[in-house]
Amino acid sequence: MSKITLNVNGKSQAVDVEPDTPLLWALRDTLGLVGTKFGCGLGQCGACTVHLDGVATRSCVLPVSAIGKQKITTIEGLDPNGRHPLQQAWIELDVPQCGYCQSGQIMSACSLLKQHPKPTDAQIDEAMAGNLCRCATYMRIRKGIHRAAEIAATPAAKGKP
Amino acid sequence: MMHTPTSPGRRRFLRRSATGGALLIGMSAGGVLAAPALPGAQDDFTPHALIRIARDGSVTLISKQPEIGQGIKTSLPMVIAEELDVAWRQVRIVQGDLNPAAYGGQGAGGSTSTPTNYDNFRRLGAAARAMLVQAAAQRWSVAPGECSTDNGAVLHAPSKRRIAYGALVEAASKLALPDAAGVTLKDPASFKLLGTRVGGVDNGAIVAGKPLFGIDVQVPGMLHAVYAKCPVFGGKPVSANLDAVRALPGVKDAFIVEGTANLNGLRPGVAIVATSTWAAIRARRALVVEWDEGVGATHSWAAFAAQARAAAPQAGTSVMRQDGDVGKALAGAAKTVEAAYSYPFISHASMEPQNCTAWHKPDGSLELWAPTQNPGAGQALVTSTFGIPKEKITLHIIRSGGGFGRRLSSDFIVEASAIAQRVKAPVKLTWTREDDLQHDHFRPGGFHFLRGGVDADGRAVAWHNHFVTFANRVERDGQSILQPGSGGNLSGDEFPGRWLANCRLEQTALECRVPMGPWRAPGSCVFAWVFHSFIDELAHAAGRDPLAFRLELLGDQDLMPGTGERGQPYAVARMRAVLQTAADKAGWGKKQFARGQGQGIAFHFSHRGYVAQVAEVTVSKDGKVKVDRVVVATDIGPQIVNLSGAENQVEGSVIDALSTLMFPELNIENGRVVQSNFHDYPLLRIGDAPGRIEMHFVKSDHPVTGLGEPALPPLAPAVCNAIFAATGKRVRELPLSKTDLSWS
Repeated sequence: MSKITLNVNGKSQAVDVEPDTPLLWALRDTLGLVGTKFGCGLGQCGACTVHLDGVATRSCVLPVSAIGKQKITTIEGLDPNGRHPLQQAWIELDVPQCGYCQSGQIMSACSLLKQHPKPTDAQIDEAMAGNLCRCATYMRIRKGIHRAAEIAATPAAKGKP
Repeated sequence: MMHTPTSPGRRRFLRRSATGGALLIGMSAGGVLAAPALPGAQDDFTPHALIRIARDGSVTLISKQPEIGQGIKTSLPMVIAEELDVAWRQVRIVQGDLNPAAYGGQGAGGSTSTPTNYDNFRRLGAAARAMLVQAAAQRWSVAPGECSTDNGAVLHAPSKRRIAYGALVEAASKLALPDAAGVTLKDPASFKLLGTRVGGVDNGAIVAGKPLFGIDVQVPGMLHAVYAKCPVFGGKPVSANLDAVRALPGVKDAFIVEGTANLNGLRPGVAIVATSTWAAIRARRALVVEWDEGVGATHSWAAFAAQARAAAPQAGTSVMRQDGDVGKALAGAAKTVEAAYSYPFISHASMEPQNCTAWHKPDGSLELWAPTQNPGAGQALVTSTFGIPKEKITLHIIRSGGGFGRRLSSDFIVEASAIAQRVKAPVKLTWTREDDLQHDHFRPGGFHFLRGGVDADGRAVAWHNHFVTFANRVERDGQSILQPGSGGNLSGDEFPGRWLANCRLEQTALECRVPMGPWRAPGSCVFAWVFHSFIDELAHAAGRDPLAFRLELLGDQDLMPGTGERGQPYAVARMRAVLQTAADKAGWGKKQFARGQGQGIAFHFSHRGYVAQVAEVTVSKDGKVKVDRVVVATDIGPQIVNLSGAENQVEGSVIDALSTLMFPELNIENGRVVQSNFHDYPLLRIGDAPGRIEMHFVKSDHPVTGLGEPALPPLAPAVCNAIFAATGKRVRELPLSKTDLSWS
């Protein structure tokens, strides 16, 4: 075991785990941030997606020892009030079915919107290809991302950090 | 059904609420699970265990069914809220623990939650409303008949008085419950909530990443476990390097669990208990087990396929239907078609791997937190496996990250219970994805050997299906019998059985040790593909339009009575209506398609639902399939409960069916599953979702029913029939990748 300091959602946190521990399990079991989900452990399903310095990353295959000073954002830290345009759109359009994959979907979609504030369907399909949804909410995920782009483009949303 | 305010049901309910807060101690702060199960005062108005109205007018409704993504936690409470006549925003929904004595049945399977509860829930809501009306009428000294309700208040129009439900709590609590059978229900035309689009009640928690699922459960002092089973079905551990594993970082214990011979019960294995999930997974990499693989080691898919081919020309070991003389009818047919269809075993692959948290306490009681579809069966399996009496088991039903039938099984519950009994601390068992794919209770694979004939007028005259399926040997009433896997048993009433004068349906079951279980729309999920593909083959052999051929086959009668033990009536008129609707909306027969594009049609009745679909596909020259459009017509009765939920279930069913058609396959070699994770067990990703899914809900005057399953079966045959229209190539083996669909 060794103490490793992680910057999670703007807060510096020490975790006492084996250096090869994937970030996913440090988040879930050590820090109690269970919004990031375990789906496959191989980076195949995207349920564990977090941001590393703003870029969507699969936390199930990322050892804590490899993170260094990079800033980690999880679903819990996406928006201080849980009102990120994607979160708003997801609720407005009732995107989830079981909901298990949706935090990962939202984290990947957020990364996409940073690159392409008004993405096309093709850009959505490409950016979201790493995130499985077994309930198959794909039609609404596409709509949700378009709707979030709209919400983000409104003057009220633009003033937000 | 109803309890008076002093009935045992109410006392149980109050006891539950008194301890409810403690049950969930330790869930992460701020999470949905951290809320006490039933906040509220003893003097709330609780006309039934499922309904609580507080003095501030807030309404708490218990959702008694497990939520697995089918939306039941939202839709069924809507039914009570509608009749209770309260604003949805006043309502809070709380998941109930397993408590059938207070709540009634609590399973989530077979699309039964809606049909078995809809009428009762209306009456519950209406009875509670009647009591509130009576309380207001007494206060105002007017006749209850002069009062009405609106948005959580009773109104007396003649005197323009209005009183909120919250102010009536005390008076209503003193009233006797009206007879539920006699309460006045709303005219559905006046529904304000039912039939509208209502978002899932847990959506806020889902998008914020709050603890919500079984795998999110945290209990103080909790340990984490993994459980290694023999890779070969039915095998068991002989010895393991337990001491070496126990010495690894974070490991608290490692031990062999003997288990039972029940393939769907506590399978033998090796448990590793550690301070974190990762420590347990990591230690498992160093685990070396000597396995007794047993007779299952001889299983392979190739051998099963050879056995099936050998069985095909023989008589089936059981005959489900024998009408007329198929041999004679085929001999006299103008055209005959013979085809073999097959599909592999597949896994459920819910996104949340199986897991369960268990705490075996010093007093011998067992507390379980289980993401399950079948909590009652889970409790019963714990009792039969370990002898822990029912009264000593508390089972918290936790939201499941997908069900699809997987969590009707309770193997993960007894595994966690076995580990907890040794560990003497709360312990969360988490399956890895590899465990989940390789130790599922699989959808049975199957082989269908079909012969059919059409007469000179292009009408179907004969149908013969020899279905080769799989069975496990089980003890039943002291006898050893072969039990076909769930969904691996053909009904003699399966369409077109009953419709044709010459029809033989027979079945042979291959004995195996592959554990099997129900997979979304069991049986129907593959039978519809086989039968509607073969019906299409007959239509084309006859030179007929596939829609006209089907309409003629269905015939003019309104109802086809059920026959035999498993028979159920088939509302032919309802099926004709959805078939015609799907065809009309899709522009069937009116559109021109270029080569490589086409339309296909299919219908299926399952789980009380009548569904028809038309698919439009584009097949590229190199054989890649893109589904451009799916038109779905559904008849599940007169009333959609939650329109958003219903649309979600149809879209999800369509894409789930498409995914299963296109991608997954489990190979079995040397008695073990070859595939291990999503890299070699692919599921559909967003880019392969259909371009458009159009949904039409045909209303009919029949009981309201559920939609978790019936929209799934017709998709695969509709798509495969469209592929045939586009390319002239017939898909007779799943998944789609088995068939070369390239064309030039």
